Amino acid sequence: MTETQAGTTPQAGAAPAPGHEPGPGPRPDFQIVPVRGIPIVAAVLVGLIVAIASNSLWALTFFHVAGGGLWTSIDLFVGLMIGPILSRLSIPARVEFSTKFMPKMLLLMPTLVAMTLGAGFQLARHVGNLAANYPHHAWLVASFIIVGCMAVIAIGLLEPANLAVLFELKKPVPNADRIGRLMKVFIYTSGITGLMQVATIVIMTFLASR
Amino acid sequence: MNAPTEYLDEIDRRQGELPPSARISILTLALLVSGGIYLAAQINRPASLIIPASFVAAAAITLVVNVILLARIKQFAWSNFFMVGKWALLGYGAIAGILEFVFIFDHTPSRTLTLFTSMLIIFAINVALLLAFSVTRYQPVPESHD
Repeated sequence: MTETQAGTTPQAGAAPAPGHEPGPGPRPDFQIVPVRGIPIVAAVLVGLIVAIASNSLWALTFFHVAGGGLWTSIDLFVGLMIGPILSRLSIPARVEFSTKFMPKMLLLMPTLVAMTLGAGFQLARHVGNLAANYPHHAWLVASFIIVGCMAVIAIGLLEPANLAVLFELKKPVPNADRIGRLMKVFIYTSGITGLMQVATIVIMTFLASR
Repeated sequence: MNAPTEYLDEIDRRQGELPPSARISILTLALLVSGGIYLAAQINRPASLIIPASFVAAAAITLVVNVILLARIKQFAWSNFFMVGKWALLGYGAIAGILEFVFIFDHTPSRTLTLFTSMLIIFAINVALLLAFSVTRYQPVPESHD
């Protein structure tokens, strides 16, 4: 972070040093988990359970395709569009953006992942793609491996960075440099998982067209 | 990601004293995912469960090691750790529950189901631990009243 004064820890809200960019100013209050979004998440998860229990081909396809499409698009958009823009914003602007953006991601992304994987597994089972004698079984296993790598990156790096940023922002005096480092992890891992998602889509569209 | 030393504060300097809990959690997760992929690839096929069971056993061992290393930390914001861990366990427990429902609904054979269930239990605990540690490592340590 080049905006900060060398030799000091950049503190969000700290008084600006002469010739240096100011701190973020008053930190806007926010909820780490947006409570208003929880009923929507609950409704989506109930819908997913109903889709699996009913084995409805349309519902399973809907949850899998809608979830997967949104998951990929959001990851790519965050990693390749929001990330570079965010890195050029001032620290106050980054903090204000993060307080509004990160809580929503905390609810949205795990919900999309659950939708895509839960419905996808059941869909593959329902249409017979999981059967050992399925002619393109190897491609399906390849997609499992890619999704597995994505899951490790998303749950092991992206989600912890997301949560750590939110808790840092909740402090009376957030450390802007730490937020910047954690946001970099979040943005980079979003971009990586987004690109891996493209590989999954290539395999999925190949299988769907056979 | 390491910060240039001139930007480090007390919390950053304390990071070196903490156990590699996040890395161990990622290893546990990778072992579970590997076992899960192997099992999913063998569905409807008469396959040995030794390989996925080995992955589950290794994941369980790394989880136990991680808990022991965490328990040995003397100065840590434990109230924060348990608060985050509790909610993360609730959230990821719900996701694990949905997956468990899928396996039961699909009449997964009992031995395979036992393995899947073990994986999901370890998964939920491990992710809760990872998220709780990832947040708490950057929280100020409460002053001791010795």
